[in-house]
Amino acid sequence: MANVIDDETIEYVGILAKLDLSPEEREAAKKDMGRMLDYIDKLAELDTEGVEPMSHIFPVQNVFREDVVTNGDDSANILKNAPGCKDNMFRVPKTFA
Amino acid sequence: MDILELTAVELSEKIRGGEIRVRDAVEAVFERIDGTEKELNCYVTLEKEKALARAEEVQAKIDAGELTGPLAGVPMAIKDNLCTEGTLTTCSSKILENFVPTYSAEAVRNLEKAGVVIIGKTNMDEFAMGSTTETSYFGATKNPRDPGHVPGGSSGGSAAAVAAGECFAALGSDTGGSIRQPASYCGVVGMKPTYGTVSRYGLIAYGSSLDQIGPLTKDVRDCATVLEAIASHDAKDSTSLERDDLDFTSALTEDVKGMKIGIPRDYFREGLDPEVKQAVLSAAKVLEERGAVVEQFDLSLVEYAIPTYYTIAAAEASSNLERFDGIKYGFRAEEDSLHPMYKKTRSQGFGPEVKRRIMLGSFVLSSGYYDAYYIKALKVKALIKEAFDRAFEKYDVILAPVAPTTAPKLGDSLSDPMKMYLADIYTISVNLAGLPAISVPCAADEKGLPIGLQIIGACFQEKKIIRAAYTFEQSRKQEDRIHG
Repeated sequence: MANVIDDETIEYVGILAKLDLSPEEREAAKKDMGRMLDYIDKLAELDTEGVEPMSHIFPVQNVFREDVVTNGDDSANILKNAPGCKDNMFRVPKTFA
Repeated sequence: MDILELTAVELSEKIRGGEIRVRDAVEAVFERIDGTEKELNCYVTLEKEKALARAEEVQAKIDAGELTGPLAGVPMAIKDNLCTEGTLTTCSSKILENFVPTYSAEAVRNLEKAGVVIIGKTNMDEFAMGSTTETSYFGATKNPRDPGHVPGGSSGGSAAAVAAGECFAALGSDTGGSIRQPASYCGVVGMKPTYGTVSRYGLIAYGSSLDQIGPLTKDVRDCATVLEAIASHDAKDSTSLERDDLDFTSALTEDVKGMKIGIPRDYFREGLDPEVKQAVLSAAKVLEERGAVVEQFDLSLVEYAIPTYYTIAAAEASSNLERFDGIKYGFRAEEDSLHPMYKKTRSQGFGPEVKRRIMLGSFVLSSGYYDAYYIKALKVKALIKEAFDRAFEKYDVILAPVAPTTAPKLGDSLSDPMKMYLADIYTISVNLAGLPAISVPCAADEKGLPIGLQIIGACFQEKKIIRAAYTFEQSRKQEDRIHG
């Protein structure tokens, strides 16, 4: 395999992805990602010099509207699915050690 | 009369004509569900009580002449990644196992306005990542045509439910083939419209630049009718298009005289099952006999579609799924401080395929790799779009297989994710180029498993697709009548 994903890279990707991987998951992820990247490397065969990257298929830019309030206070609904809430706010575990 | 043999449009006609009560239709569906659901597992959530109450409400509106549309009274199912107010919406993931939306997706609202009765939420690959519905946290769905086989995916629950008579029609979503491929495997009709035609408001995002909602139905008429009902411009989705040609049912005519049909030679090379190949080429013959002009051509870049797709979809997924962190909704793992809680929640809440794609996406977007992978993929996407643009200068529609094979056996694809990815080769480029495409049943293989025919159109050309699909479907029905 051309792409070898080392421990450091998988550690870094774990941080970016906010995932805690078990040792087995980590080994599997190294292999899977290496294989996928080998496959994606196929794109390097194509000459894309001067091609504009296309993020949207239609030539649309930002869609603007007047900044007018159309909704009311929806906080009760918004908090309905929260795993924890208190005094009309989301409740989270402590953020400082 | 067996109510379940009717199409959605036929059912609504009989309901509006006073021949069938909405309640009877809903009860017929639940009776079928009682018989087959245990084996097939099409649904994550069933809402019988709500559906029966809604049936009375719809019936009253029909009786009062307030609901007159072609879907009034029809029991339908919704893929579990579309938000439904007051009804569990899980994306078939543990991380959303307890999520009850406080609003409904725009497409769902449009169906409700049309008088549809929603009966439940269908199973899918977790977060729509997969092609078999086996990555669901709630167990695999089985193919009603042969329960030893997968229904396809990711909208496998929707396709199977329609095929099994566990609903009259369903909504799915299609990011790389997730409506068309299960439609093909289950022998139903499935359509992905032009990107932007159906509002994505309330669709839990996977690859936002590729995701589109569309119908899974018993026939082409139902498909056009459901699409007409759900398509609308919506200010709540900034990629929603303003179109004045959403009268898709006007294209239900048997007429392909002079229609130019292109068959991409490069879709018919290695990897394509000979029975599927034969079925698609025979379908082309049928349309040719009805007056279409069929020609083979080279589409080019076919082998680059999958790597392009997986780069872009994984990148967008890693960003879209960042929101699932145990704060605002869904599952939260117990942990004393914030950051470890995020990680534990996500690690316990997501399944292996979702983690695989989030990690790949995080990697291709990370500094140092962004240009080489992500930007490169966006450039190749531009080239793929150009290749289709060139083809549509010459052809009205493109005819293709939907998948290289018929439905694989349960368990065969999960063991090798790369193999599963490769099965998306004929559907994926359609999403990259934003095109509309349909899957319509065209034959069965030796084992009796259905084969779908894919008809692809240029952007905004859904009507040409519907016309070709309808003509083909009617020709096939006549054939069946002649040969029994």
